[in-house]
Amino acid sequence: MTPLEAAPVALRSLTMSDRKRRREALMRGVFLATAWVSILITLLIIVSIAREAWSFLTQVEMGALTEKGWFPRRGLFDIRTPLVGTLIVSGIAMVVATPLGLGAAVYLSEYAKPRVRKTIKPVLELLAGIPSVVIGFFAISFITPELLARVRSDVAFFNLAAAGIGVGILTLPLVASVAEDAMRAVPHSLREAAYGLGSRKMTVAARVVFPAAISGVVASLILGLSRAIGETMVVAIAAGATGGSLFSLDILAPGQTMTAAMAALGVGTDQVKGADAAFQSLYFLGALLFVMTFALNVAGDRFVRRIRERY
Amino acid sequence: MATITTPAPTDDARLGTLTQRQRDVRGGLFRLALSISVIVSIVILATLIYEMASQGRPVLTTRLGDFLTSGFKTNPELAGVWQGIKGTLMLSVIVALVAFPIGVGAAVYLEEYAADSRFARIVNINIRNLAGVPSIVYGLLGLAIFVQALGTDLGDGGGLTGGRTVITGGLTLAVLVLPIVIITTQEALRAVPAGLREGALALGATRWETIRTTVFPAAAPGILTGTVLALARSAGEAAPLLVIGASTSVFLTGDQSLLEQVTDGRFTALPMTIYSWARLPASRGWHELVGAASVILVALVVVMNGAAIMLRNRFERRW
Repeated sequence: MTPLEAAPVALRSLTMSDRKRRREALMRGVFLATAWVSILITLLIIVSIAREAWSFLTQVEMGALTEKGWFPRRGLFDIRTPLVGTLIVSGIAMVVATPLGLGAAVYLSEYAKPRVRKTIKPVLELLAGIPSVVIGFFAISFITPELLARVRSDVAFFNLAAAGIGVGILTLPLVASVAEDAMRAVPHSLREAAYGLGSRKMTVAARVVFPAAISGVVASLILGLSRAIGETMVVAIAAGATGGSLFSLDILAPGQTMTAAMAALGVGTDQVKGADAAFQSLYFLGALLFVMTFALNVAGDRFVRRIRERY
Repeated sequence: MATITTPAPTDDARLGTLTQRQRDVRGGLFRLALSISVIVSIVILATLIYEMASQGRPVLTTRLGDFLTSGFKTNPELAGVWQGIKGTLMLSVIVALVAFPIGVGAAVYLEEYAADSRFARIVNINIRNLAGVPSIVYGLLGLAIFVQALGTDLGDGGGLTGGRTVITGGLTLAVLVLPIVIITTQEALRAVPAGLREGALALGATRWETIRTTVFPAAAPGILTGTVLALARSAGEAAPLLVIGASTSVFLTGDQSLLEQVTDGRFTALPMTIYSWARLPASRGWHELVGAASVILVALVVVMNGAAIMLRNRFERRW
C-alpha cells in the first residue's frame, strides 16, 4: 500500500466557481419567490374582497342592510338573515360535535389501548376526509327523513337543523383530533402523581388531564366553530333557501346562511354581472366570513401554542 | 381553633382505605359515556356509507360501466359521471402542476434557507392562517383574480386563463391546497436529521447540491404524502368551483380536442355533479345517481388518502 499523498491545495479549489455561485443565487431566489407566493395570496384575498365589499357598501343604502330579508336580486340585503342562519347552523353543529368530539378525544387519549386506538383513529380520519357534498346529500336523504321527521312531523324537507347536524358531523373529527393532541401532550408525570395520591382513572382523566389540556380543548372548539361557520356545501344542499330567505329563527324550516347565500349567488353569476350590487354582496358576505373565521383561527392558534409552550 | 382528633385506625380500617371496596360506579358510567361517543362516531360513518351504497345500489349493480362512461343526460336512466370524473382528473393535474412546485419551493426556503428568520416566522403564521380560510373564500379570490383580472371578462374567454375554464378552477384549487403542501413538506424536511446535511456540506456540496442530492431523497416520501393528501382534498371540494362558476351541467359532445376542452368555458367536477343531481327531484331517480356518484367520489378520496398513508408507513425511516 502506498501512503496517500496530499495534493497541493490551492485557494481556488476551495472557493466556489462563478458558475456555481450564480446557480446558488438563482436557486435561492427561486425558493424565496415561491415563499412569497403565500404572502401574495393573502394580500390578493384581502384586497380583492375588501375592494368589492367596500363598493357594495357605498352603493347600497344602509337601510337595505336591515330590510326584511335576504333577497339580493331584489335589492334586499338584510344581513341579519344570513348571519343568524349561520349562527344557528354552527350552534347546532357544535352541539353535535362538542360532546362526541371531546368524548372521543378523552377516550382515545386516556382509555383506549394502543390496538383499539389504532383502529378508531383511521375511522375518524376517514370521516374527516368525506367530501362535504356527500354529507350534504346524507342530510337530505337520511338526517331529515329518518331522524328529524320521526321526532317532529312538521319538519320541512330543507331545514337548518339537518344542515347543522351535517356540519356537526364534518366538525367532529377536527374537534376530536385537536383535543386529543392536547391531552396526549400532557406529561405522564402528572397522571402518575395523581395515581400516586390514590386517584381513580376517571379522576385522573376528568380532574387532572382535562384541566391541564384545557387550552387545547378550547382551541379545538374554536377551530371547530370556525370550520362550521365556513362550511358551504352541506348548507347549500340541505338548508334550502337558494334565491333568498326571510328572517327566520325556525330551525325546522328552510333558512339562509352566509355561505349558502354566497353559493347561491355564485351559481347565478351568469345572471348577475359585473358591478351589480347583488354580485358585490357576494364579496360583502365573503368579507364578513373572512373576518369572522380569521379572528377565530388566530384565537384558536394562540390557545394551541399556549399548550405547546407549557409542556 | 378547634383541634381535630382522629382515633387511631385499626389495621382493618387501614387496609380498607387502600383497597377499593365498592365498584367505581361513577367511573364506569364515565367510561361508558366516552365509549358511546366513540361508538356514535363510528355508527355515523357506517350509516353514511351504508346510506350512499344503498341509494346508489340500483345504478352501481345494473349499469356501472354505462354510468362511468356516459355524460350528462336529462334522463336519469341514461346519465353518467364521465364528465365529472374527467373534470376532476383535469383539475387534479393542474393542482399538482401548480401547487407541488410552489409548495415544495416555499417549504424548502422556509426550512433550508431561512429557518428561524423573521421572514420565515411571518410566512409561517400566514400559511397557518391561510389553511383556516373557508374554501368558499378561495372561490371569491378565483373569481376576482383568475376569472376577471386574468381572464378578460365574466365567462367571455380570452386573457391568460380564458375566464371560467378548467384552468381557472385548477388554479383556484391549487391556491386552496397550497398551505397543505407547504406544511406537510416542512414536516418532511424537518424530519431529515441535520447530520445528513452537515455531512454533505462537509464534503464540499453547496447548499443547493445538499438539498438536491441529500435532503430531497430523504424527504421524498413525506413530500409525496403531502401532495397526495392535498390532491384528495381538492378532489372533494365543490364550494370554490361553485363560486367561480363551474357548470353544474355540461352537454359536451366529447369529440373536441384536449386543448378545446381545456380552454372551453364549460367544465365540471365530480362534486359539482353530485351537487347538481342532489337538487333534482328524488322521485325521478336522481338520488340513486347521487348515491352512486358519492360512492365513486368517496372511493376516490379514500384510495388517495390510503395511498398517502401507505406511502408514509412504507418509506418512513427511523433516523
